[in-house]
Amino acid sequence: MKDKYDVVVVGAGPAGSITAMYAARGGCSVLLMEKDRDIGMPVRCGEAVGKDGLNGVIEIRPEWIAATINRFRLVAPDGAVVEPDIGGTGYVLERRVFDYDLAMAAVEAGADVVTKAYVNGLWKESVNGQERIVGVTYTWKGIPRKVRGAVIVGADGVESRVGKWAGIDTTTDFRDMECCAQMTLAGVHMEENACEFHFGSRWAPQGYLWVFPKRHGMVNVGVGISGMAAKTRKPMYILEEFIKERFPRAGVLTTVAGGVPCVDTLREIVKNNVVLVGDAARQVNPVSGGGIAGAMQAGKIAGEVIAGAVASGDMAELEDYPRRWEKLRGARNRTYYRMKKAVFNLSDETLNSIASSVLKLPREKQTIWGVFRTALVKRPSLILEMARTFGLKERE
Amino acid sequence: MLLIEIKPNMCDFCGCCVGVCPEDAIELEEAHIEIIESRCTNCAKCVWSCPFDVLVFNKPPKKERAAA
Ligand SMILES: Cc1cc2nc3c(=O)[nH]c(=O)nc-3n(C[C@H](O)[C@H](O)[C@H](O)COP(=O)(O)OP(=O)(O)OC[C@H]3O[C@@H](n4cnc5c(N)ncnc54)[C@H](O)[C@@H]3O)c2cc1C
Ligand code: SF4
Ligand code: SF4
Repeated sequence: MKDKYDVVVVGAGPAGSITAMYAARGGCSVLLMEKDRDIGMPVRCGEAVGKDGLNGVIEIRPEWIAATINRFRLVAPDGAVVEPDIGGTGYVLERRVFDYDLAMAAVEAGADVVTKAYVNGLWKESVNGQERIVGVTYTWKGIPRKVRGAVIVGADGVESRVGKWAGIDTTTDFRDMECCAQMTLAGVHMEENACEFHFGSRWAPQGYLWVFPKRHGMVNVGVGISGMAAKTRKPMYILEEFIKERFPRAGVLTTVAGGVPCVDTLREIVKNNVVLVGDAARQVNPVSGGGIAGAMQAGKIAGEVIAGAVASGDMAELEDYPRRWEKLRGARNRTYYRMKKAVFNLSDETLNSIASSVLKLPREKQTIWGVFRTALVKRPSLILEMARTFGLKERE
Repeated sequence: MLLIEIKPNMCDFCGCCVGVCPEDAIELEEAHIEIIESRCTNCAKCVWSCPFDVLVFNKPPKKERAAA
């Protein structure tokens, strides 16, 4: 490990590893820093991702895949089940293997990686009378240290603080934070090609409960609810109740908590020489809470743009990153954020009646789009929401 | 005065509370959590969002409330 790099990346999740990999491939010297002892652990994730989400970023390896998904099973509050085809392929990953491999890919591209390195501030120096960020301060196995970097990447996840230290307001409103508890169970027998979702006030007020299959009778079962709902009912207790009812004999292999910032991307994801990527930049799909694909796609763009800026010495080039992100997913995520606000407040009655109407459709029309269209008919105010998002200009 | 209490041995170090804290008042290491009293405004957002029920908001004693 050196004391000076072109790029210092804070956090070795998918966002950090992919950014590090692309920056190193572009010729930069890169340091990837992780606070935990073991990259990717514990896995705070349902591990579901669409095949398209990884396309063009990294080649998918068979050992990353715990299950291949082609159906959803949507369960309404009254228990009615709609099983739409997802019109594509999805995966449930094995993130303990996946995250390791991504960090390995960064190393293969030339990056240095260090674990047990807790970044606790930005290293600021006065250059020509102006305060500049020249690196990060951190503790390594408890010992205070510093390392220089021309570009600092905050890929430090939902708990990100790098942006705040650089003067970006990264706080997620507690109502938009999906507060999650998840267990990985063993000894559960369910179809391996369908992801199951439960909606409604009992199991998932302002959110959803998921059951994602993995190999050999393993499943990820989790609940994510808005911070508003978590004020009065803790996700952990909801999850325990669900498992007691549904999988009373299963063994529990993992229990974790987690948070998903279900908002649109931060207004500022680049400030001077500081770049935010992944959950740190709030690049999650606000409806599904899925953040793996966004983190990796953003990481690729950020890594490429950073390599260009370092090569030319012109940090103004970093502004290409937000522009490219906006085109790829940013604009869409803003639409999704508005949709989320409408959908999360549907009452149990509305959800039940959507499900019963969809079930009356011919089988071939019971698609995700069919569910969505029915939702629009049942709750015409959603159409207004949509019109606002797609048709009318932003008013703010 | 810090009104937020961290119940011992319950935290999962997930970072959900850090993500909602407006004051950057939570220090979260691999297996250590601490609230920085000088920055915390006792807004309780961290308490509401914790998935595991680790954080508690202790009402201030009566005379403090009167002073406030
Ligand atoms: C319960 C749950 C279920 C989910 N399910 C899904 C799903 O099914 N599909 C999906 O696509 N997404 C899911 N997500 C979201 C997904 O996990 C995240 O969007 C994704 O991991 C984001 O990647 P990242 O690299 O930005 O952040 P992370 O994977 O969180 O990585 C950030 C890293 O930074 C490190 N770090 C933080 N602070 C510091 C510091 N100060 N110094 C050094 N290192 C630091 C952390 O230890 C961590 O390793 C889920 C999230 C949760 C909580
Ligand atoms: S949200 Fe709760 S479990 Fe997660 S780090 Fe904060 S106190 Fe710990
Ligand atoms: S009470 Fe508010 S300011 Fe204090 S740690 Fe919690 S979220 Fe931050």
